[in-house]
Amino acid sequence: MYRSTLYLIAGWSGFFVMGIELLGGRLLAPYFGSSIYVWGAIITVFMLALSLGYLCGGRASLYAPSLRRLATILLAAALATLPVLLGGDALLERLSLTALDPRFGSLTAAGLLFFVPTFISGMVSPYAVRLLVADRISAGDGAGRLYFVSTFGSAAGTLLTSFYLVLYLEVNQILLLMLSVSALLGLLAWLRPATVAA
Amino acid sequence: MRAATPRRAIGAAAGLLSALLTVAAPAQQRLLHSEKSLYRDIFVYEDATTRCLCFTRQCVIGRQSCQDVKQPRRLVFEYTQMMLGALYLQPDPRSILIIGLGGGTLPRTLERLLPDADIDVVEIDPAVVRVAQQYFGFAPDAHVHVIEQDGRVYVNHAVHSGAHYQLIMLDAYEHQYIPEHLLTREFLGAVRSLLQPAGIVAANTFSSSRLYQNESVTYRSVFGEFYNLKSGNRIILAANGPLPSIAEATRNSRRFNAPFEELGFSAQALLARFGTHADWDPAARVLTDQYSPANLLNGSTP
Repeated sequence: MYRSTLYLIAGWSGFFVMGIELLGGRLLAPYFGSSIYVWGAIITVFMLALSLGYLCGGRASLYAPSLRRLATILLAAALATLPVLLGGDALLERLSLTALDPRFGSLTAAGLLFFVPTFISGMVSPYAVRLLVADRISAGDGAGRLYFVSTFGSAAGTLLTSFYLVLYLEVNQILLLMLSVSALLGLLAWLRPATVAA
Repeated sequence: MRAATPRRAIGAAAGLLSALLTVAAPAQQRLLHSEKSLYRDIFVYEDATTRCLCFTRQCVIGRQSCQDVKQPRRLVFEYTQMMLGALYLQPDPRSILIIGLGGGTLPRTLERLLPDADIDVVEIDPAVVRVAQQYFGFAPDAHVHVIEQDGRVYVNHAVHSGAHYQLIMLDAYEHQYIPEHLLTREFLGAVRSLLQPAGIVAANTFSSSRLYQNESVTYRSVFGEFYNLKSGNRIILAANGPLPSIAEATRNSRRFNAPFEELGFSAQALLARFGTHADWDPAARVLTDQYSPANLLNGSTP
């Protein structure tokens, strides 16, 4: 049960990141177009944020790691996405009309909107590895399984968002839906009795 | 009787086969140019009669622009002829914006028809601009300017700087890929606010697939009633303000009898295509920046 919660959180976090990344393209297009550099800017921000998030998540797992703290990370990532919903358009409009070079304009926009939630999401996987792994022998196995669920979740998030969700829901509705799942999952994990630890 | 049937079937099959072969390998089609641009594959093919710009190999689908080799002024595609129907609603536009260059047929034709007009052409792909100049005789000059930019970004900035046009032509949609941010209520609203009072927008869009419904209600939500011209492609002609009457279009069309004849089509036959009948589902969902699955809708049957 404890392990499946960890896998679930890591898998969902992967889903969440890719869902936001695809919708990020949607959100930027009205202001910066769909030129190749707009996607370049978005992917750069996500990769950079994830890489730093991994680093930070690993460090954080050194200090009294717990499922409850992992749940807090998930909740924080969801919370950090709220500004996209609330003020995304206003920010994008202002940025796109200031005479920045379009490449750096879209890079700045993607950075301001998506760096923080993606960075926090990046912390999830290494932190979950620490909670999962009992000893050195099983470390590679545990990390492998965790990468699997997390990246599999990313694949699912990419496919579902781009093939189906955008056909039925508005961008902000999809964002809200994903925030709700994160909040629900985070709260469930947070409320679990800490004593069940493996 | 019974014996004749299979023979007839074989004959039909052979006919079908040869038809298929003709489509797959058009007679003496020469590849003049091919390149991979940032956005797509670009091919220029030429056969005995036409030279075409294509975004797919062999030009089986997706011919973007074609030019008659012997009479380059003649308009090969019916859709470009229908786009010129905009001139029946606004016969003498002084400022024109075209989004999507292709082979440059529209700006070339408009420049000849309206020597005093200023024409801005926005094209996202620098390679398309190069190819139009090299192979299709497109030549920017004092009256025709090319801006290499995303159409939406250009429109946003133009609105912000207070620019206005008397005629705007949207020709940026392809069959395989639609820039979805160029087919939303917000985008069309920005286009409308770029139009002078009584300015006209002409859009080359889609006549089949589920998208037809959504596209129709989206244009309707921004412009109200519009003229709907169909033949393979679909051209929407809409106005910023009341739509000019068919009587007015008829009056204006007369002055294009001779010039359109020179382009290889009849001005009055084009006029006969004008209609405002709403043959779509009014309950279809309006496309917005928040909801714009245009490509998914275009891929599904009506």
